[in-house]
Amino acid sequence: MEWVLFLIFGLVAAAAAVGMVLQRSPIYSALCLILALFAQGGLYILLHAELIAAVHIFVYAGAIMVLFLFVIMLLDLRPEDRSPVRTNPVGVSVGLILAGLLLAELALGVGPHIALGPRGVYDFETVRAVGNTQAVGRILFREYLIPFELTSVILLAAMVGAMVLAKRKLE
Amino acid sequence: MVPLWAYLFLSAFLFAVGVVGVATRRNALVIFMSIELMLNAVNLSFVAFARFLHSLDGQVFVFFVMTVAAAEVAVGLAIIIAIFRNAETVNVDEVHLLKG
Repeated sequence: MEWVLFLIFGLVAAAAAVGMVLQRSPIYSALCLILALFAQGGLYILLHAELIAAVHIFVYAGAIMVLFLFVIMLLDLRPEDRSPVRTNPVGVSVGLILAGLLLAELALGVGPHIALGPRGVYDFETVRAVGNTQAVGRILFREYLIPFELTSVILLAAMVGAMVLAKRKLE
Repeated sequence: MVPLWAYLFLSAFLFAVGVVGVATRRNALVIFMSIELMLNAVNLSFVAFARFLHSLDGQVFVFFVMTVAAAEVAVGLAIIIAIFRNAETVNVDEVHLLKG
């Protein structure tokens, strides 16, 4: 059963990702990416990361991709009349070779023989006893409190930066 | 149970598709979406490792990656809007203001 779900979500995610790269119109690319992100949310649930799955859907599909769609519609982009990918053979071959090498290296590195290091204390039963959200929240607000607070600075800087950049004229 | 390597293969595939997208597409917005796809591929391997190593640190890292990705999208889309305003295009081949 788990394999069936994994294959469904994984194939949908992979196919939607390939579709995103091949689509001519940026709107369809964005919709393909949303589909891939939803499938990935399903994979998170299979991995028993329920909180991450929910946040993933909210943040990516709900916020980031809506922002993308807004910008696409704001800029009124037409579908590309020429081929959507570079026709320059050097660019295409570099991209494909790079991706092929990367895939080959990762496939060699992470085959079924992969050995895992020492296990942590949060096994499935422990996490289920307290609940995924509580367990993650406890770590987030104890061990990672300072990085968590620092992300607020990043968000503030991004907010100010986006407003300054998108403004029509600087006074 | 689905083994770890299956998730890692899928993650590697998604990352490679993202690399191809960044290297071959012309539209700046689609390049940006490909970067998001790559970030998500890494997130998937973070969560998979967290599950199989009985540790929750990977899930916490995914939060930070999402925060940075959200900030990056806000700033990046603002830059793309500014480029479109100046150059009337988001085709990266036609934007060469900094070219000498």
